[in-house]
Amino acid sequence: MNTAPIKIKQTIADTDLQKAIYTATGRLMAHRATSTDHLPEYQELRTAAHELKRHTIDNLDYYIEQFEQNVSAHGGKVVFCNDAAEVADFVLGLAKERQAHLIVKSKSMTTEEIDLNERLEHHELESVETDLGEYILQLAHQRPYHIVAPALHMTRYEVADLFTEKLGVENEVVIEKQTKIARGVLREKFLAADIGITGANFLIADSGAVVVVENEGNARLTTSAPKIHIAIAGIEKLIPRATDLVVFLKLLGRSATGQALTVYTSFLSGPRRGEEVDGPDEFYIVLLDGGRTKLLVDAEKRESLFCIRCGACLNHCPVYRKIGGHNYPWIYSGPIGKIITPQFHGVMEDPWLPFASSLCGACAEVCPVKIDIPKQLLQLRAEVSEGKKSGGTGSSERRGFHLYAWLMRHPGLFRLFGRLGAKMAPRPDGGGWIHRLPGFMNVGPLRSWMQERDLPPPAPKSFHDLWKERRK
Amino acid sequence: MNDSRAAVLDRVRAALGRKPGQQPPPLPPALFSERNLTTPERVELFVQQFEKLNGKPVRVRSRSDAAAAVRDLMNGQIAVASNAPSLSECGITDLAGVQHGFTSRDDLRAACTTAAFGITSATYALADTGSFVMLAGREEARLISLLPPVHIGVIPASGILASLDELFMRVPKPADRTSSMVLITGPSRTADIEQILVRGVHGPGEIYAVIVEEGEQ
Repeated sequence: MNTAPIKIKQTIADTDLQKAIYTATGRLMAHRATSTDHLPEYQELRTAAHELKRHTIDNLDYYIEQFEQNVSAHGGKVVFCNDAAEVADFVLGLAKERQAHLIVKSKSMTTEEIDLNERLEHHELESVETDLGEYILQLAHQRPYHIVAPALHMTRYEVADLFTEKLGVENEVVIEKQTKIARGVLREKFLAADIGITGANFLIADSGAVVVVENEGNARLTTSAPKIHIAIAGIEKLIPRATDLVVFLKLLGRSATGQALTVYTSFLSGPRRGEEVDGPDEFYIVLLDGGRTKLLVDAEKRESLFCIRCGACLNHCPVYRKIGGHNYPWIYSGPIGKIITPQFHGVMEDPWLPFASSLCGACAEVCPVKIDIPKQLLQLRAEVSEGKKSGGTGSSERRGFHLYAWLMRHPGLFRLFGRLGAKMAPRPDGGGWIHRLPGFMNVGPLRSWMQERDLPPPAPKSFHDLWKERRK
Repeated sequence: MNDSRAAVLDRVRAALGRKPGQQPPPLPPALFSERNLTTPERVELFVQQFEKLNGKPVRVRSRSDAAAAVRDLMNGQIAVASNAPSLSECGITDLAGVQHGFTSRDDLRAACTTAAFGITSATYALADTGSFVMLAGREEARLISLLPPVHIGVIPASGILASLDELFMRVPKPADRTSSMVLITGPSRTADIEQILVRGVHGPGEIYAVIVEEGEQ
């Protein structure tokens, strides 16, 4: 999806949707705050998580190979894939060999990223999402609205209509009963499925293990009921040791939903062994590049690969909370989306994206692995400016800022223009905001600047004047 | 796929400026925070945390009391029990309606889809999060704590560890012992529709911990 789906104005005008986003993200913020307050070592853990991720990513080839060896030692197989098409080819090939028809899937942003379901459906393989939110979205043909709460924008009434339309059940608006309906439909799928596909929250190098965290039990069913388990993960998901989970698990649940641990944490290393009563016979881990090696090149920007997908930056972002999750160009929304999308797709694909931020820094403050998102945004802005030397609003805006910079270096002129501006600016009755500049000022960069912004009325006296008076 | 393996690793090394086989600098030791708690303190903390998750703790003084507690919970319905020796030692596998001794995956699965209760032990429990730690093996299957609508975990008080830290201090490499270690922290839940909490979406909606405090003061 290369063109930005700019429906921002509709989103902001939709009061029900605004309320849904504010309530959901507000609740998640409150839960996170309470749970991290109860963790005395919280800041120490963030620092440790950052350092562990930096160490792993800086030495990634070593940990990938160690991981691969340990997966093989336990009877599993690592499959390397350059891109989305190779992932789909592998799954299709295996499905054909094993005569598989039905796949159950648990929630995975990586498989969203590569449109896996669509690719499989073209080959008449049924691939069913089993996380309740993802299942609803699959029925509605929508992409996730939020990394951890994928259907937060939908109401129970929309779900009721959707279930009636797609499942042929009676219109049911009670959420508990809707959940029961989904449980019934999906239980049948779990028991009939040939292959289970999951993502991975962490890949453990010293164990050859995949760690999957979840609350519903669908990932456990996906990895326990079918005879084949395939985990699909980006190469950046590695961490060195099982013991490092002590750091990451304490941060992930708390940052995402305020849970000390999610309901299920599965640590899976290979197919079932000799004496184990159940579990899959085959175990594959697909390691996807899919553009990640591009992000490795720059030692600072590599940091965006530290992300553990908790969603805290979305919840705390004043921009995400206004425009929601469907106004970003890719499946990764919010602050983290703003820094990884340009790096995956190229900064000039969506040049506006790094600028759609107030740089308030809330995202960096809550990031459990301390990714400096505002700093990365500034770097990406610089790259966009480099990228467009001419044309568009960029050039007139750049001229405007050159003029402003020149004025700033000439205090006398700056003061003169300041006073003139203050005299000529409109003064709305009752001290409200200025929505429009008077005609002669409403041109060029000032005009485009004011299109998305309101100004407070200028103060009667400038700071300079006040300073002079007080010093007397 | 071998081509892709080389291609991915080559790109990683080129981007990082590393040579094949190059060792990373040493890692700092794992960051464990220790918490010294006596067994009664662990039981108290576990019970408190388990209740917060809407789990239902049942404290008993002896193994035969454990069997009686399970019988009361079952109330005449059908259950599947795991092959853990502690369950038979308690007499739980002798209770009417308890199916047990499964060694075939298909038979176990069929039994679990119809049973009202899944009864297991747990390798450990974690006090500060109210979790069960389930290591799959001959004694414990994966599906018993997953398919039936109610899960009953029977644990000795001595099996309760203080925290996640203590678990990984004791089991630094779970993969050496099992293909599947699962931490269960409360009943299955979702809040995917309007952030309203619903329990029992795919896994058990109810979870009991029968804690056997035999010989504890």
